[in-house]
Amino acid sequence: MSTDITRAEVCVAACSDAWKGSGEVLAHAVGLVPTISARLAKLTHSPDLVLTDGECFLMSEPPPLGRSAAAGGTIESWAPFRLIFDILATGKRHSMMGASQVDRFGNQNISSIGDWRKPKRQLIGVRGAPGNTANHRTDYWIAKHTSRVFVESVDVVSGVGNDRARAHETPSLRFHDLGVVITDLAVLDYDDEGRLKVRSLHPGVTAEQVQEATGFDIDVSSATTTRVPDAEELRLIREVLDPRSLRDREVRS
Amino acid sequence: MESRMGDKTMPLEDLTQHVESGMTIGIGGWGSRRKPMAMVRQLLRSDVTDLTVVTLGGPDVGLLCAAGKVRKLIYGFVSLDSIALDPHFQAIRESGGIETWEYDEGMFVAALKAGASRLSFLPSRAGLGSDVLEMNPHLRTVASPYDDEVYVAVPGVRMDVSLIHLNRADATGNAQYLGPDPYFDDLYAMASTKTIVSTEKVVPTAELGASAPQTLLVSRIFTDGVIEAPNGAHFTTCEPDYGRDEAFQKHYAASAKDPDAWQAFTERFLTGDEAAYQAAVQQFHAESKEQA
Repeated sequence: MSTDITRAEVCVAACSDAWKGSGEVLAHAVGLVPTISARLAKLTHSPDLVLTDGECFLMSEPPPLGRSAAAGGTIESWAPFRLIFDILATGKRHSMMGASQVDRFGNQNISSIGDWRKPKRQLIGVRGAPGNTANHRTDYWIAKHTSRVFVESVDVVSGVGNDRARAHETPSLRFHDLGVVITDLAVLDYDDEGRLKVRSLHPGVTAEQVQEATGFDIDVSSATTTRVPDAEELRLIREVLDPRSLRDREVRS
Repeated sequence: MESRMGDKTMPLEDLTQHVESGMTIGIGGWGSRRKPMAMVRQLLRSDVTDLTVVTLGGPDVGLLCAAGKVRKLIYGFVSLDSIALDPHFQAIRESGGIETWEYDEGMFVAALKAGASRLSFLPSRAGLGSDVLEMNPHLRTVASPYDDEVYVAVPGVRMDVSLIHLNRADATGNAQYLGPDPYFDDLYAMASTKTIVSTEKVVPTAELGASAPQTLLVSRIFTDGVIEAPNGAHFTTCEPDYGRDEAFQKHYAASAKDPDAWQAFTERFLTGDEAAYQAAVQQFHAESKEQA
């Protein structure tokens, strides 16, 4: 194993693994590391994944990172915003979103902090989180794992968590599907009760470190060590997908 | 024989013949993209107030909130795209200064679709299990008559008047988008009693894209006024005529964070008419160039 692999590169590979098995669906990736990871997944284990330029074009060859289709790449289809809501309703989509707060059941908040009537801090609003979590697989990417993000209870449930989806009395939330939460410290998934647990710790991260950065008790007992990217993945990340190392802005080593 | 269809062109200054205080108004575009900013600026110059604004919001919301013209906001989000949040919107929310209906984006579109079809509601899976139901106590669910499913019944929203900006229009109110995304401007038009279209350029009907008929987004059936407003979406995008003025948007957002800077911004850009605004923007860029 190469010793110069950065934490950001570990995170990109871990996020890439989250797209495995999704098949021919639209990858919705919010943030740099998720965007790079979806492209890495497409270039390695998931060639059928459908990527966007973040605007309205679906790309068989993506444009340079952070640029729209106008900057290059190969457009394969058109998905203006109005179509996105139709696509997500079909379920042929997989989201990796950010989160300002996440609780132990995977309820997610991006709307506001404090009482929503008069928030202490207005955030971006629920955006598409209620619809995404009601309709298709949703993962979260947390660039900085802290106890301010991983809280006992979120102030506004934007993305629906496992406890709420399971308590729902009708079959209308049957497509609810939370996958993984990937952070700069670890990969988390959910136990049989729908609670977050640590699946793997990134190399160099301790269980104590993750517990300390998590605002509720979290099961670390079965955690393995997160794999590092292989030589081909490193080449793709460093030379093809993100030669300017924008990933290091999201995750510091 | 040549038909004589109504000429709906009007000066920007006449906008308030259609927009009155207390109205529910729709504002087209998306975030900081193809917003009818010249018409928003015209509202700022007017004494119209107490508005209920229905929008996928951007700086249109920020400017109207800063001017104290918004009583209630029905929105899917408010964002400047390249800047995550509009500081004026943030400030007014944190002071509890407006009533809000914060919807999931898909629910917002369902509300427009229902309104356009004159339906009381459309069913939505989005919203179930989330706090959207709590944040919007007016929302109800509806049981399917066919199976065991229950959905959020998103009430149709109808507007007194909608303001949309498109790349081209003819004098009778047929309007065309030339960029990559139509957004939802046709839905706003259909869900409103009246719709005013501003456009980069009024052209003869024959020049509207017969070669690309799918770009003809809005029919004159749904429009009541046409305003020629070149650069009228500034500082938001109006692809392919122009992209976002990122430098100016940055200046807007930075100014919005500080009362003194906002005062200066208002005096420099928002006290005169639209021509004065466009001239001040040119001056802004000339000065930035000199400094660079």
